[in-house]
Amino acid sequence: MSPFQSKAGSLPSGEVNTMSVLAPIVGWLVPGAGHFMQRRWIRGALLMASIVAMFVLGILMQGKVYGINGGDLLDMLGFVGDLGAGGLYFVTRAMDWGQGAIQLASADYGTKYIIVAGLLNVIGAVDAYDIAIGKKD
Amino acid sequence: MQLSHFSAALIFAFFASIVFGITQRGNPRDMVRYGAYCFSLFVLCTIAASWVMWVVKR
Repeated sequence: MSPFQSKAGSLPSGEVNTMSVLAPIVGWLVPGAGHFMQRRWIRGALLMASIVAMFVLGILMQGKVYGINGGDLLDMLGFVGDLGAGGLYFVTRAMDWGQGAIQLASADYGTKYIIVAGLLNVIGAVDAYDIAIGKKD
Repeated sequence: MQLSHFSAALIFAFFASIVFGITQRGNPRDMVRYGAYCFSLFVLCTIAASWVMWVVKR
């Protein structure tokens, strides 16, 4: 049996299967979707609502979305955090939102909201992986 | 959209606590309790830090 092949029934904790590969990737691209795939509807909806709300509030507060070539170490770390938001990040970059308004204090809060939304999304994707391998109910 | 520092911290604490609760605990009852615990810690630490800054400023 291939390592990515699913088994019927319950899986021993830690075993790799198709869901354990797909769930974190899909969960990263669309917040909460990794839980939806595994029929954790309420958890997925709460994760999606929380992460999307934080990200959108950050954009509305005119927070900055970092690009890949910030030219500064802190900018690169900001980029890594932002990238955690997956699809939200790509859409925002494509629409050229998140330019940042450095003269506003609330824009700085917005920048942190966006970064933390990305980091929380990574935690959510890891949680989807834990569910898929049977480590978590 | 402009928020005060405190309201921004409260909203931040609310959403972060939801994610922490869901991801760090295994059953719904523990999730709610842990989320509430995280939220109260966020808020208490925010208030404590603000008083520390007030003292430092004086």
